[in-house]
Amino acid sequence: MQQRKGIANGITVVLLLLGALIMLAPFLYMVSTAFKSHTYVLELPPQFIPREPTASNFVKVWKSENFRQYFLNSLLVTAGTTVLAVAISSMMAFAFARFEFPGKSFFFWTLMTALMIPGMLLIIPQFILAKQLHLLNSLWGLIPFYTSGNLAFNTFLLKGYFEGLPKELEDSAHIDGASLFTIYVRIFIPLAKAPLAVVTIFTSLMAWDEFVLALTFLNDPSKWTLPIAIALFQGEHMTEWGLVFAASTIAVVPVIGVFIAFQRYFIQGISTTGVK
Amino acid sequence: MLKKLRNLGSEVSKKKGVYLFLVPGFLFFATFAVYPLLFSLRMSFLDWKVIQKSAFVGLQNYIRAFHDPIVGIAFRNTILYGIITVPGQMVLGLGAALLLNRRLRGRVVFRAIYYLPVVTSWVVVALIFKYIFNDQAGVINYLLKDVFHIIPHYIGWLIEPWTALFVVMALGIWKGIGWSMVIFLAGLQSIPHELYEAAGIDGASSLQQFRKITVPLLRSTLVFLLIMLGIGSFNVFISIYVITHGGPFNQTQVVLSWMYTQSFDYLHFGYGAALSWILFAVIFIASFLQYKYLHHKIQY
Repeated sequence: MQQRKGIANGITVVLLLLGALIMLAPFLYMVSTAFKSHTYVLELPPQFIPREPTASNFVKVWKSENFRQYFLNSLLVTAGTTVLAVAISSMMAFAFARFEFPGKSFFFWTLMTALMIPGMLLIIPQFILAKQLHLLNSLWGLIPFYTSGNLAFNTFLLKGYFEGLPKELEDSAHIDGASLFTIYVRIFIPLAKAPLAVVTIFTSLMAWDEFVLALTFLNDPSKWTLPIAIALFQGEHMTEWGLVFAASTIAVVPVIGVFIAFQRYFIQGISTTGVK
Repeated sequence: MLKKLRNLGSEVSKKKGVYLFLVPGFLFFATFAVYPLLFSLRMSFLDWKVIQKSAFVGLQNYIRAFHDPIVGIAFRNTILYGIITVPGQMVLGLGAALLLNRRLRGRVVFRAIYYLPVVTSWVVVALIFKYIFNDQAGVINYLLKDVFHIIPHYIGWLIEPWTALFVVMALGIWKGIGWSMVIFLAGLQSIPHELYEAAGIDGASSLQQFRKITVPLLRSTLVFLLIMLGIGSFNVFISIYVITHGGPFNQTQVVLSWMYTQSFDYLHFGYGAALSWILFAVIFIASFLQYKYLHHKIQY
């Protein structure tokens, strides 16, 4: 019996390691290619570990003024979207979770239908709206669109958390004569650190990786964000894989860092919103 | 009636403060999501002109879609993508979840590794796949021909439509396994452990336990995943855009890539809007049917 269990565990670990290899190999190969000089990226047989590793791709990418601009652009859009989306959706979640008011379920379900509508369905009218509002070709112009794309998910997640907090919280504050806004900022926000972390992470990742809206809205190369810059650079320089992957690695490292640091929140966020 | 209205009015004015919390959110939502949605419905009935006045053309954009051969190809490819990638992600995600649903050292590390592709940008992973499947010196060709001797000569993966679609589907499955795994893990953990213990005492084998306990109790998770992944599969776009760009000769177009090409390359915005509404209708009907036929069968 004990032996059979040992064998079963052994098979499990072997399968898990095989799976992990399949999941990781493409990333490792990307990083390894980023360390190869141009002559070796399309060489046969391919080198899994570069024979003459060089950081020149990273240096070249990081030294190019454009790339630093793209990095900053992505940072700006991500920060703007995250601050705005988290602030606005936590306010809505607070109202939906803690109060009864006429029209509540209408407003809530209107918002929730947005979760079912694929974002790309809106790309054409959003483009025309952005044109009319003079938001095309501007990083600031992306932020309201990214924000509205995140509201439903964030509100839904935070509402669930706020609903679970005891009713006495605002009662005692009410007696002390605190305004609603004070109650929200002083009592509810500090209590919701974990779920706020979840929505902050999800929103910033979405903004950092967003491709379609940015591709459609930003024409001027100095305004590009990282995903478009990388995709379009590859389209123009078909064989510069070393540079493409050095840039990709730089773009992906912050994401992986955030993911590893906050893994707990990721899993929590998905399991609570995914399956009710 | 009047009294009711007045009551409502006083109720609303009493709750003024609460509504203020909704105002910023709904301003954004109405302007940047609801208005565009309604606007696109209107556009789909117009011959939209960027500069001049647009003419009302009735159902012409929709009729055109039914006569457009590329629409047929795009729908075929999109549906095929769903038929292959949804079960692919679910089976492999469930497999990973079952392996990880036991006390095991390094469990958290494995979970993180499997989830890594999910958090990585579509653009980056699509480029990686484009590179490893390239026909000159792609590592996949090298492994299949020179290391494992499975294929006699290198395959031009991204040159032929079917193999290019295969690459896009492989990417879709690989990137999605982690997400299904996490949802399955949550489902598995909600199954009471006593059930397995009781079954074990009754002498049920692991396979029997899986079929009689795990699968039935995971049913709502399965339905949820089927619907969510189904909707997701209709949204396939970035991988096609980056890897094949719809080519060769539009043979690998999916609905959204064709909609995007029609709108932003040919400036047929009205036609593009009609295509997105047709897609939305298909997604809605498919999800509704899945829900209707699978959900009511859940009983414990």
